[in-house]
Amino acid sequence: MQEFAVILVSTILVNNFVLVQFLGLCPFMGVSSKLETAIGMAGATTFVLTLAAMSSYMVNSWILIPLDLEYLKTISFILVIAVVVQFTKMFIEKSSPLLYRVLGVFLPLITTNCAVLGVALQNTAKAHTLAESTLFGFGAAVGFSLVLILFSAMRERLAVADVPVPFKGAAIGMITAGLMSLAFMGFSGLV
Amino acid sequence: MFEIIAQHPIPAALVALGGLAIIFGAILGFAAVKFKVEGDPIVEQIDHLLPQTQCGQCGYPGCRPYAEAIANGDTINKCPPGGQNTINAIADLLDVEAPTLDEEHGEESDVKTVAYIREDECIGCTKCIQACPVDAILGAAKLMHTVIVSECTGCDLCVEPCPVDCIDMLPVEKGLADWKWNLPPSAEEQINALHPDDIIATDAKDDDTDHDAKHDGDNGEKAA
Repeated sequence: MQEFAVILVSTILVNNFVLVQFLGLCPFMGVSSKLETAIGMAGATTFVLTLAAMSSYMVNSWILIPLDLEYLKTISFILVIAVVVQFTKMFIEKSSPLLYRVLGVFLPLITTNCAVLGVALQNTAKAHTLAESTLFGFGAAVGFSLVLILFSAMRERLAVADVPVPFKGAAIGMITAGLMSLAFMGFSGLV
Repeated sequence: MFEIIAQHPIPAALVALGGLAIIFGAILGFAAVKFKVEGDPIVEQIDHLLPQTQCGQCGYPGCRPYAEAIANGDTINKCPPGGQNTINAIADLLDVEAPTLDEEHGEESDVKTVAYIREDECIGCTKCIQACPVDAILGAAKLMHTVIVSECTGCDLCVEPCPVDCIDMLPVEKGLADWKWNLPPSAEEQINALHPDDIIATDAKDDDTDHDAKHDGDNGEKAA
């Protein structure tokens, strides 16, 4: 039980995928201009990451390792991720057309979110079990959601703030992300 | 089974990836049937917000084609009959900034109008019948035409084609059915309506006379 808690704290705060390992920066900058959109993106990514971590573990340990085909793991993980994302896209299109429209191109682009592939590859590197892999993916997703929502709330405030002209828009966004990353380094001694 | 395949690495790789592809293809195929979307629901929602005058002032042949165009990324400020309220409602739905009405497509009018054909002057050319998007004009060739008031959306499209200019756009008269009380003025409006002297006078006077002064002000307002 304790090791599960350690995995969660480690992935959410200490080794946060966005701010510490710098994975998944594209949606982090791309969909963070509005809080509502960011929450939708966070939900979709959480679903995809957890499911992809679980199914890539299954593919790796039940098909690739018995057949001695571990050199195929990158391409098969990409296949798994693409399928999960496509499934999520169909599900959202049916259940929430508005969210589907708002997320737009960023929904299929979860496929190329390197955090998703990063989670799958780190799972095999760290020799996690099925439960650990799923929890690792879920923790990574919660960490991603946390910083995405915090960042988008800040960007909503920044949009109306009196920012000097050369720093307006993406520039102040990058600076903010850098400061958040520095702040998250404070967690490094936690686990 | 595994041993036989594992001894031949290349067929093993092909079988593994091919098998995965078939399984995932089956899952996606099932999902495509299960989560099939009938039409585009967002188009329905936009169409519902448009005024359904079918006037074509937006440049599309009706409200539904315009709704489809909006769903495909057209601007939302091309609907004069709907006016700013419709633009705000669609902007709210699509989660975008509300632009102001595009003057190119016509101006928003406050008064609802209906077409009226001066029947003495009508020559029965049927051109207005062809122009009407909602079939609100009755008549036949070389016979006088007339407008079904309850069907007319007031879109102006029949005025232009009439060769003898016998169509007027008349404001809809308010009857008992749609008459409403005027809203009472808000507190802010009441204060603004007060004469400036009254406000200064109430501030300057003592508490005892303050009430009376306000009362006078109110009376003066009512008299005015």
